[in-house]
Amino acid sequence: MSTTLVETTYREAMREAMREAMQRDERVFLMGEDVGAYGGCFAVSLGLLEEFGPERIRDTPLSESAFVGAGIGAAIAGMRPIVEIMTVNFSLLALDQIINNAATLSHMSGGQVSVPVVIRMTTGAGRQLAAQHSHSLEGWYGHIPGIKLLAPATVEDARGMLWPALQDPDPVLIFEHGTLYPMPGSLAPDAAPVDISRAAVRRPGKDVTLLTYGGSLPKVMAAAEELATTGIEPEVVDLRVLRPLDDETIVGSVRRTHRAVIVDEGWRTGSLAAEITTRLVEQCFFDLDGPVQRVCSAEVPMPYAKHLEEAALPQVATIVAAARQVVSG
Amino acid sequence: MTPDQARSLVSKQIRFIVPDADLDGLPPDADLRRTLELDSLDFLEFVERLSKDAGVRIDEDDYPSLATMESCQAFLAARTAASD
Amino acid sequence: MSDFTMPSLGADMDSGTIVEWLVKPGDHVQRGAPMAVVDTDKAAVEIETFQSGVVGDLLVEPGQRVDVGTPLATMLAAGEAPSAAPVSVGKAKRPRARRVPPPREAAAPVPPAVPREAEVAAAAPPAPSPPLRHHAAELGVDLASVTGTGTHGRITRRDVDAAAHRPRVSPYARRLAEELGVDLAAVTGTGTSGTVRAEDVRAAAHARPEVPPVSTEAPRSDRATIAALMSRSKREIPHYYVATTVDMHTVVSWLRDTNRDRSVAERIVPAAALLRAVALAARRMPQLNGFWVDGVFVPGEDVHVGVAISVRRGALVAPALRHAADLELPVLMQALRDLVGRARSGRLTRAELADPTLTVTDLGDQGVEEVFGVIQPPQVALVGIGRLVERPWAVDGLLGVRPLVRLSLSGDHRATDGYTGARFLATIDDLLQHPEAL
Repeated sequence: MSTTLVETTYREAMREAMREAMQRDERVFLMGEDVGAYGGCFAVSLGLLEEFGPERIRDTPLSESAFVGAGIGAAIAGMRPIVEIMTVNFSLLALDQIINNAATLSHMSGGQVSVPVVIRMTTGAGRQLAAQHSHSLEGWYGHIPGIKLLAPATVEDARGMLWPALQDPDPVLIFEHGTLYPMPGSLAPDAAPVDISRAAVRRPGKDVTLLTYGGSLPKVMAAAEELATTGIEPEVVDLRVLRPLDDETIVGSVRRTHRAVIVDEGWRTGSLAAEITTRLVEQCFFDLDGPVQRVCSAEVPMPYAKHLEEAALPQVATIVAAARQVVSG
Repeated sequence: MTPDQARSLVSKQIRFIVPDADLDGLPPDADLRRTLELDSLDFLEFVERLSKDAGVRIDEDDYPSLATMESCQAFLAARTAASD
Repeated sequence: MSDFTMPSLGADMDSGTIVEWLVKPGDHVQRGAPMAVVDTDKAAVEIETFQSGVVGDLLVEPGQRVDVGTPLATMLAAGEAPSAAPVSVGKAKRPRARRVPPPREAAAPVPPAVPREAEVAAAAPPAPSPPLRHHAAELGVDLASVTGTGTHGRITRRDVDAAAHRPRVSPYARRLAEELGVDLAAVTGTGTSGTVRAEDVRAAAHARPEVPPVSTEAPRSDRATIAALMSRSKREIPHYYVATTVDMHTVVSWLRDTNRDRSVAERIVPAAALLRAVALAARRMPQLNGFWVDGVFVPGEDVHVGVAISVRRGALVAPALRHAADLELPVLMQALRDLVGRARSGRLTRAELADPTLTVTDLGDQGVEEVFGVIQPPQVALVGIGRLVERPWAVDGLLGVRPLVRLSLSGDHRATDGYTGARFLATIDDLLQHPEAL
């Protein structure tokens, strides 16, 4: 077993994860728009067609409803498909498949049918892709029973979450924030799969808990650094699993720090942040030393102009301000 | 009632009567009345509040069982179990 | 008409501070009407006028400390004109039910438009007591805006607290305050808009400030006051001492039996029985119930038993359980609990502080078996009660074990002698052997 770490990126880690999955399990195959010949819209599956051939790396027609449905069917029939929807924005066209078929068939069939499909989607804003291509709909999907949601925010999680997701007999959605693909990191060549049920404390602290997921994690870590220079020690919790939420880690952290800031790139109304806030009120109200703060996207369709998009999204400065507000406030 | 719950309950009543009592430093077998300087009226108030808060009847014959924090915990555990 | 002067509220009081005037120039007052709230070093107390008439000029501002005997206000007979325009009364808050007509210019006084009694009776709730108004003033609560939830719409202390501008308190801070026994009303919040946070509660718990005294010297002057009183007592009063051991078996068993049928709130402690016995004995032997004044004994108008109560922070007060000889034992027990409670929170009345005709000091709970106390001048007697102990005792010619208590009397030898003192103790003993008659 080699212990020298390999320099890699989030993108490459995800590719490696798919490669490993297809090598280990012949039922695994990848399907989606431009995943084959093009190598994937975000180059995640670059080179895989050459390696595994067209039966296992399948380019699909431009119809999310059709190919997601086909993937669900393949999963019911015993395969382990990885369905790549180019971005979460386009998943709206396959909502009926995901919510009314993938999420429900196991229940509606009394367990006779299971749908072990993994759906990977690129998500989020920050690359000036404007209103229709910048959604963060993790909060929406988090509302639906019958599916699991993962949000890998580190290179390690990008590498390690896929295999256990494929082993799961129920549908798993994996959200990959578009700005994370080039993120550098080091991994062992044979990195092990990771747990997909718990949140992770990325930075231990005591004065305030900063809860976040996905593409916001790097900003939150940077904000934590800045806060630490002013004498505030934040604890950063990476949610990792958005459904089911790891109440134990989340509430446990806020019980210790007594203050919470939730950073969620979705719009604040009816968001994942709103759900977590309510859980904190339900489970540790008497440990809260101040109101829970939410740092979310502004309630507007995502702007195209760079400075407007920046203003609409959570940023290090607004995260720091929210943390200060709840600590001193 | 668990010992911790009992301790918490007893501490609460004591605090009403002796607001600045140092209960963390109180040995479990220390005589409450003597250590906390409770006179007979203080003790009566303590019994009254404890009885009301714990929802158990406390008779004068039970007073010896309330001598220390330890004995209070045992008494409350037994008395609340009996009424379940 | 003579001036209304600062009264002496206790043998040890030389001066007091007006906290609040309860009347304004031109007010008609009857004998016994409360005129002002005065802070002695021990409690905030109402002072009354002993003459009926009309309030003239207020001569002393709230906050001023003046000696006993200093004129506080001039009093006019009905029909006399005040000499000057009304003096400002400072920041006294007026509850709705108060009888005062609006202030009038210097002119011939006019009788109040409506008789006081009728005003009060006309659907107005009872006026809040001066200590309560003092409390409301401290919290900045305008009593006129408070709805009373007590009997007949009386404004209670809880109503005042609820109406007070209470800062917001975070849930965690509130929980912490309860756990640490911190009074949130005393905590300064450092969050936005004065929100109380956990660290504020912790700071308050660590600091544990003294209850802020009205006079900055109050804690010291408690000690100084006591010192002066004790010295005077020993200097002036020739003390004699007698003591006896009382078999408490009958009382204790009788109490145990009656208490079985009583709720905890109604239980009677031996101390109450002892006080009752002392009161009844004092009625039977009035030469021990009164005052030595200017070389003669002046009997008390009734038996008001002073109960020595230690209030936390090392101070001692001995307010009167008034008319103790007329209170049936269960009633006396409740009165005792109420008195001790109010003594500890500084809410005694003038009458309670000034009226004891003899004093009882019960140190049984402190573990001593015998007490020989110092008489509180101008009283002539002090009864000491020690700890209830189980000891061997001769019972019907055989050796038994009985609960015993050591009773002592410190007597003023100018007023009584050892023979009288001994009979007094024997009377108490006798009464205790028939607890059902207490």
